[in-house]
Amino acid sequence: MAKRALIELIDISKKYEDTLVLDELNLTIGENEFVTLLGPSGCGKTTTLRILGGFTSPDTGKVIFDGKDITNLPPNKRHINTVFQKYSLFPHMNVEENIAFGLKISGKSQDYIKDKIKYALKLVNLDGYEKRRPSQLSGGQQQRIAIARAIVNEPRVLLLDEPLGALDLKLRQNMQYELIRLKNELGITFVYVTHDQEEALTMSDIIVVMNQGYIQQIGTPEDVYNEPENAFVADFIGDNNLFSGTMIHDELVEFAGARFACVDKDFGRMRPVDVIIRPEDIVMGEPGEGQIDGVITDVVFKGTHFEIDVTSNGFVWLVYSPKRYAMGTQVSLRVTPFNIQIMNKPESDDEKVAEPDE
Amino acid sequence: MSNLFARREQSRSVERHNSPRHPWLAGPYIFWAAGFIVLPLVLVFYYGLSGPDGTFTLANLAAIAQPIFRNALGQSLLISFGTTAICLVLAYPLAYILSKNRSRSGAFIIILIVLPMWINFLLRILAVQMLIANNGIINMILGHLGLAQMRLINTRAAIFLGTAYDYFPFMVLPIYNAMCKIDHDIIEAAHDLGANALTTFRRIIVPLSLPGVISGIIMVFIPSISEFAIADILGGSRILLFGNVIEQEFNMSNDWHTGSGLSLILMVFIIISMIVMHRVDKDGEGQIIW
Amino acid sequence: MVEKRSVIEKVYIGVIFVLLYVPLGVLAVWSFNNSISRSVWGGFTLHWYADLFRNAEIMSALATTAKLTVSAALIATLLGTLACIGMAAMGKKLQLVLTTTTNIPMLNADIVTGIALMLLFMRFMRLGFSSMLIAHVTLAVPYVILNVMPKLKTTNHAVYEAALDLGATPFYAFIHITLPEIFPGILSGFLMAFTLSLDDFVITYFTKGPGINTISTMIYQQMRRGINPQMYALSTLLFVIILIILLAVNRVSARQDDPRR
Repeated sequence: MAKRALIELIDISKKYEDTLVLDELNLTIGENEFVTLLGPSGCGKTTTLRILGGFTSPDTGKVIFDGKDITNLPPNKRHINTVFQKYSLFPHMNVEENIAFGLKISGKSQDYIKDKIKYALKLVNLDGYEKRRPSQLSGGQQQRIAIARAIVNEPRVLLLDEPLGALDLKLRQNMQYELIRLKNELGITFVYVTHDQEEALTMSDIIVVMNQGYIQQIGTPEDVYNEPENAFVADFIGDNNLFSGTMIHDELVEFAGARFACVDKDFGRMRPVDVIIRPEDIVMGEPGEGQIDGVITDVVFKGTHFEIDVTSNGFVWLVYSPKRYAMGTQVSLRVTPFNIQIMNKPESDDEKVAEPDE
Repeated sequence: MSNLFARREQSRSVERHNSPRHPWLAGPYIFWAAGFIVLPLVLVFYYGLSGPDGTFTLANLAAIAQPIFRNALGQSLLISFGTTAICLVLAYPLAYILSKNRSRSGAFIIILIVLPMWINFLLRILAVQMLIANNGIINMILGHLGLAQMRLINTRAAIFLGTAYDYFPFMVLPIYNAMCKIDHDIIEAAHDLGANALTTFRRIIVPLSLPGVISGIIMVFIPSISEFAIADILGGSRILLFGNVIEQEFNMSNDWHTGSGLSLILMVFIIISMIVMHRVDKDGEGQIIW
Repeated sequence: MVEKRSVIEKVYIGVIFVLLYVPLGVLAVWSFNNSISRSVWGGFTLHWYADLFRNAEIMSALATTAKLTVSAALIATLLGTLACIGMAAMGKKLQLVLTTTTNIPMLNADIVTGIALMLLFMRFMRLGFSSMLIAHVTLAVPYVILNVMPKLKTTNHAVYEAALDLGATPFYAFIHITLPEIFPGILSGFLMAFTLSLDDFVITYFTKGPGINTISTMIYQQMRRGINPQMYALSTLLFVIILIILLAVNRVSARQDDPRR
């Protein structure tokens, strides 16, 4: 698993006017990894990407690429290429000319360029589109050309800034698989920026969850989903029940007006904590069967399951159930100790959870 | 069935509208355009293609072969090409500099550049005249410095100066607008793909600002080819432009037929210039005005 | 990415500004010159300004210009806005014909437009204030259409239809929904019409009646027989007024823009 570090961001800080966008950020990206920077808008993920690409220079800190300091290297001198959010194809050039742009600048031969264009168009499934103008392509096609234009230069790292943001759902899902395939075929590092948690979970090797200029958690998709390190990550990734609670003592926590057994230890006695429970981990039963009782106050059909609100002691629980319940039904809820995730409350202002805007 | 539905949807979408469906509201303007745009042009054609006795003739067009008219046309072409070139050379770098950082100050500088356009154009020419007259400011300064006086007024250079001064903002504005429309991401994309500043300028900014350049050229070329007042004031009566001879045909010789014939010739040049511009602007992405 | 302008760029902007403003500055300075000569500074005076307002010829030209410009801009705005609404409801072909016709006065040389109108007026009516007014409206309407039409095309039809759906009559919906949306276009069309009319010399020159002058044609006449320094005073006054108006407009539009950013 331990891959060689290709990019290191060391103590990167960046201010725009009076807002601190990045605060002493440290991040190491390994070779041949698919790393996703995930977070709400304004969390600093795009700024991080722009610093990697060389479009923005950090106020402090260093960018190390393959052992060399490239902090002040302009974008045209970096072995890094970018796929922009709005595709940014050159509108006055056709597909072929767009793809050839970088190759011509680096002085490649006509034959080489021709081969590369063919190869790249095949790779993105658009062979035969050489003479089209960007305005004659759909959004998805434009995006694929943008990717082709970047990869023909054989960059060590491909930066992608919410490249699928403008596409509709179906196309987005297809493109996700294409990107994974591309990454495997090309064997280069992908750094991907998105605010879409599903996208991040589907594609990434490593997810870097960011908020307000800080990295909240770095981990595999499974880690980030199953073991969020703090309430922000838990809240941002997936639907969750987030309660404020108190750790009574080891393996016992109180929240939502009741006491629950849990598996966590070493928080101390009577400590304020955040408690997270995934809606799919809650089991509904007849009243009295579970740990607490409640009444069903909302039912929404979601295709694969029902999203059900259960109100109990004035708290609303979100529960996924395969079975339809009628509004007003009395039910009980049960959670196994293993599925109760407990986290320390943020201690300083810095770690405070911002409301994600999605 | 679903096909039928789709077609229904489509025809519905064509019907969508955003204001009352009253084509007759354009009625007054249609009459206006017929009476005051089309009819006057018909008259120009009528007079231009007929003799004093009312019969059809091409003599009024052929009048362009007479030395006085031919020379005037030559002078006008020279002035308009020269003016257009001067304006373009000065305006392009300015528009580029101002569009490069689209701050409020850039927008404000543009307002200041357009501001003289709001001063009556004859007053602007008057100002230029004060500077370059034989007993004007420039010669006064030269005199104080003990240098030789310059004869500026009543020369072709004076007309160049006046027209370029007058039409300069018409060149800056469309180029600036076209450059501001270039998405900054596209410039970053070029850098990302290895282009340095010069390559980016040559391969991206110049071609993408071309529609603005074309608008600018048209907006300077057309008024300057038909100019007569500036030549009158700054060129004295030494240099006759095509506009001058047309004006004289109407106001001094009272020869509507020759005057109209020469006007038709002028229109031919304007049409040619616009066709050429459209050819250059092959994608049709450029707007003619602004 | 905010780049700082380099020294060369600043110098270039500076040079252009000097070229643009020195003539106007000279005009302004000389409006205070207590000498009729163009090359001798005879001391500071305000008497050209005082004389200006006593000069019947200038005052009457000013009045004519004001009357002409305001009425031409108003008529052109009304005519052009109605034309846009009508054109939007027309078939594609008719719309194309009308748009092409509309483009003619914009693209044609002013001298041809002026002469064509003069021929019409001399044949079918007399030259006077009304002929000037018609000519100015003809010149200005295309610019109103140019400004209003794009706004009308980009307005949200769903909102208009929503108003109808909620029981509004087409007229009511137009006044309360469409008009506010296209108003910026109408306003800029009006301003452009106003500016064009104010600045026009060529078309006025050919369509004015004897004895009537606008500021433009009066200056042209004066220039041939020698300029009265009162004109320097007038141009300086006009410049200052326009500068103030523009600064005010800039202020207002800056304030309007800001919340959207």
